[in-house]
Amino acid sequence: MTRVALYRLLVIVGVTALIEALCLLKVIDRITMPPPHQILRDLGIILMSGKLNAAIAKTMTNAVLAVSLAIMGGVLTATLLHGYRAVRETLDPLFATYYAVPVFAFYPLLIVLLGLGDAPQIMIGFMLGVVAVIVNTLNGLDRVPQVLKKTARIQGMGAVETALRVTLPCAAPYVLTGAKLAVAYSLIGIIGAEFIMSRGGMGYEISFAYNNFDNATMYPLILLILLVSIAVNGALSRWEKILLKRRGLA
Amino acid sequence: MSDVHVSLRGVTKVFAAGGAGAVHAVGPVDLDLRKGEFFAVVGPSGCGKSTLLELIAGLTPASQGEIAFEGRPIGGRIPDGVGVVFQEDACFSWLSVADNIAFGLRKRGLASAEKQQRVRAAIELMGLQDFAASHPAQLSGGMRQRVCIARTLVMQPRLILLDEPFGALDQQTRLLMGDEVLRLWRQTGATVFLITHALDEAAMLADRIAVMSARPGRIIDTVETGWPRERDSRIIEQAAFGSITSRLWKSLREESLKTIGRTATA
Repeated sequence: MTRVALYRLLVIVGVTALIEALCLLKVIDRITMPPPHQILRDLGIILMSGKLNAAIAKTMTNAVLAVSLAIMGGVLTATLLHGYRAVRETLDPLFATYYAVPVFAFYPLLIVLLGLGDAPQIMIGFMLGVVAVIVNTLNGLDRVPQVLKKTARIQGMGAVETALRVTLPCAAPYVLTGAKLAVAYSLIGIIGAEFIMSRGGMGYEISFAYNNFDNATMYPLILLILLVSIAVNGALSRWEKILLKRRGLA
Repeated sequence: MSDVHVSLRGVTKVFAAGGAGAVHAVGPVDLDLRKGEFFAVVGPSGCGKSTLLELIAGLTPASQGEIAFEGRPIGGRIPDGVGVVFQEDACFSWLSVADNIAFGLRKRGLASAEKQQRVRAAIELMGLQDFAASHPAQLSGGMRQRVCIARTLVMQPRLILLDEPFGALDQQTRLLMGDEVLRLWRQTGATVFLITHALDEAAMLADRIAVMSARPGRIIDTVETGWPRERDSRIIEQAAFGSITSRLWKSLREESLKTIGRTATA
């Protein structure tokens, strides 16, 4: 274990122990928050009973769809934009201020356009993730050395083959950074959308539990979202590290 | 006529430069490269040497004039049978050495066994046997440049363009890499066109050396070295080597002074 990983673990253990102590000493009362060990036990009970499996499956499926669309759409858009300087310069202010736009405010419009099913929630997850991928992919493509593009031309490659075999692989560490952000943003988008426009999913269940003071459901579901985010982020970070190490950059 | 491999007639390159008007970079240049010769070009910084190489490679179109490779005008397109080695590190850092070398073969429609055989031969030719599975980050600058040369050779080019390929290497490595390039030139029989700012490198490697003027780059002198085909870096000990570099510097000194804003004094 590296020193940084050890420090991270110590911070997590320390904060958890502090909350546990505050809960056990009744500084934080049980109606506000159960102690962490109780949250963990309740999560085990929920998962074993299977009563929220449908909600968990719905959220995770939609999140996977939103993240996949955000990554594919983001990489494709960035690759196209990179070739059209004028269009990119026109859109730059939008990208710079995009996350100040309250995407959730569009949900009535999305329901009108996409119906009452899962599509509006997936769309919000996609909208929150895609710009992070576009911005980071463009950043990576800007850093591809000209000599690699010349090499591709000498080998007789067209634009599509150059993108697939040279520029995107070269920009891969930046694309991965965008993908990591997209996972977090899209998951927030899906859960948030379920809060306000769904009759199912983890966001809906958290909202329902919140309104009914059901801490035994709300906190374990929040913990589950946290664990999934950390696991996916950790896997992508590990992959990123392997890529960077191979390139002599880590 | 048949021994002319590349010919340039009245070739000029002018770049549009926004508000500053046009920049006349090269020309007019008239030049013939003989089939199988080692030809070098020296010139002051910014005289358009690399632009001349890119014109011959088809990477940039000529503003005026005509360039023909094997008798056919290239017309700003990259002709088949031309390989380029650049000064900058052009290794694909995400691929292994073997995959870097095999990179261009994917388009050739060769059988898998033929591809493997060609890659293996190029790896052996460049002495990279122990590093086939390594990634470029694990190699020194000189070895990465060998990978780039191997990637060019595996395509079996008839014309090899070298754009200051040893510019980033130390002097000793440059001499040794020069020996390797001479060996490969003899083995492949390809025509080699070398751009360099190092007079000693040109004098050691080339059969003929063209001296370019300050911008716009024109050819102001051509020197025949008269070296035998079988040669290596030990020719730098010969008296003729000093005479060649002296003549190159004599032709080049005034042009180099122009690039730093001075004129020659007696």
